Amino acid sequence: MTTESAAASLGPALSGRRRGILDRFGDRGLYLITLAAAIGSVVILGGLTYKVIDEASSAISSYGLGFLTTSNWDPVHEQFGAAQLLYGTAVSSFGALLLATPLSIAIALFLTELAPRGTRTPIATLVELLAGIPSVILGLWGILVLGPAMQSTIEPALHSALGWIPVIGSLFGGEYGIVGLFPAIVILTIMTVPIVSSLTREIFTTVPPTAKEGALALGGTRWEMIKTVVLPYSRPGIVAAVMLGLGRAVGEAIAVSQVIGGAPGIHANLFLPAQSAAGQIAAQYLGATGPATAALAYLAVILLLLSVVFNAMARILVRAVQQRASQT
Amino acid sequence: MSQPAGTHPLLATNGNLRRRHAVNRAVEISAWIAALLAVAVLALVITSVAVKGISSINIDFFTKNTANFGGGGIGNAIVGSAIIVGVATLMAVPLGILVAIYTSEFAGQRSAFAIRYVLDILNGVPTIVTAIFIFGLIVVPQGKQSGFAGSVALAIVMLPLIARSCHEVLTLVPGAVKEAGLALGASRWRTTLSVVIPTAISGMITGALLAVARAAGETAPLLLTTSIFPDLVQTSPGQAIPNIPVTIFKYSESPDPTKHAQAWGAALILILFVLLISIIARTFSARTRRRLGAAR
Repeated sequence: MTTESAAASLGPALSGRRRGILDRFGDRGLYLITLAAAIGSVVILGGLTYKVIDEASSAISSYGLGFLTTSNWDPVHEQFGAAQLLYGTAVSSFGALLLATPLSIAIALFLTELAPRGTRTPIATLVELLAGIPSVILGLWGILVLGPAMQSTIEPALHSALGWIPVIGSLFGGEYGIVGLFPAIVILTIMTVPIVSSLTREIFTTVPPTAKEGALALGGTRWEMIKTVVLPYSRPGIVAAVMLGLGRAVGEAIAVSQVIGGAPGIHANLFLPAQSAAGQIAAQYLGATGPATAALAYLAVILLLLSVVFNAMARILVRAVQQRASQT
Repeated sequence: MSQPAGTHPLLATNGNLRRRHAVNRAVEISAWIAALLAVAVLALVITSVAVKGISSINIDFFTKNTANFGGGGIGNAIVGSAIIVGVATLMAVPLGILVAIYTSEFAGQRSAFAIRYVLDILNGVPTIVTAIFIFGLIVVPQGKQSGFAGSVALAIVMLPLIARSCHEVLTLVPGAVKEAGLALGASRWRTTLSVVIPTAISGMITGALLAVARAAGETAPLLLTTSIFPDLVQTSPGQAIPNIPVTIFKYSESPDPTKHAQAWGAALILILFVLLISIIARTFSARTRRRLGAAR
């Protein structure tokens, strides 16, 4: 602080009258402008939250929490319940994370422990480019390329491989479709793997090399070293990465609405169409009026709440991991 | 990590070495497969888009406007996307840089953390929720969709990305460089504007470019704000402006195969733009890191 105030008082003396005036207002001015911008970003988040809750207020007061458990969505009779949509959101996002988490951990392990040094950066870059593909293009690919392949080959194969297992088999029922929950799970997996794997990779690089070398020196194989040192050390970080992935999957409207089928429903068979909350908003918000708009805004409030919770928890975990890393 | 030696898995005496090596090998191979799978999916999506998109691309595709039936191009959507994303960039980049200057140069530790936390949460807000916000804030009061509303929605998506990446680059600027500026008698604002920012500028450009790449493909914010547009070139931000993402979205849901072909063509142009921008951004960022690393 002393350096800077000394410099500030030296300024005018060194550089003449005009800069003296500028300096008097410059420091304060830049500070105030940047402060205003920072407050502006808080205002944007606050305003967004307020506005969406405000749009939803009539639905929130008339349906209350029962909105979450009733399942009919009937704009004609003005009856709205979100259960089917939340089911679609939950199955598609949890299904995606169920596939994406082991894949992402494997990719991150590959990139930090296994890959030849020269190939690490290019492969990491390719995985990150996957994150850059716009969701609408993944959705287009999902409908026109993945969907037909699902219907003709992948889903029948899964049915014959897994359909006979009691309970789990009902997920892979005998009806196949171009659109449905399963294509949505696959598209969301593709969208979340880059996010989860790049964060997991960053966390793996913070594992102290001495701990890893210790495990190897004790005679462990590389996998035993990973299992006993890397994974336990990284667990909070991996949980954070998965939460960020969930936040992304839950809120994805475009690609999901393209491939999920747009037909709200609760059924075990993953190959049948369903609808997610975000997909319902994307499909119906423009055409909705009055109570339907409020009900869709209520869905948006739920999505906003979920994303805030997932992100807030993930950031706290990441911060804890980073602080631990900087201490060691 | 401080388990008693007897129970530590590494010291278990009953494991046989061959089985342990087999397990190790299996895990290593799975990790290889996972990485290859990710790269293969990227390759698969990009080749699908390229193979199916290339046949729709000709001069007409760029010069003609979108049409309800059959032929036509996406000329108006390209112009419109450029305008919407351009206006959004003009709003988000200055604001994002100012926020980053605040969090990296002026704010105390606690308020910097609070602002960055808010930005992270804003970054996590589903874009369809942002769309509802802007729909209620701008579209409903005006009684019509507008390109401007689309730009504002995209700017909200871009702001946290830009602020975050600029913050990270600004904190990489070595303290000695700032102190040198101050020691020469320059005041703090002067040091920030003439020393700190020029040092970090290429990293800040990287952040802005990546945000542009993200915004160019965002569909949800535009779906509610600028999606009902005529099949002609519309340049006035006060009106709904045709744009590429919404065009792809509409065409992908059309039963008409010629629309599918055009959707692939538009997707190819969009994906090339996004990849090009990301690659340019990455080369910039590699350069910044080298330079700032060397200055340390």
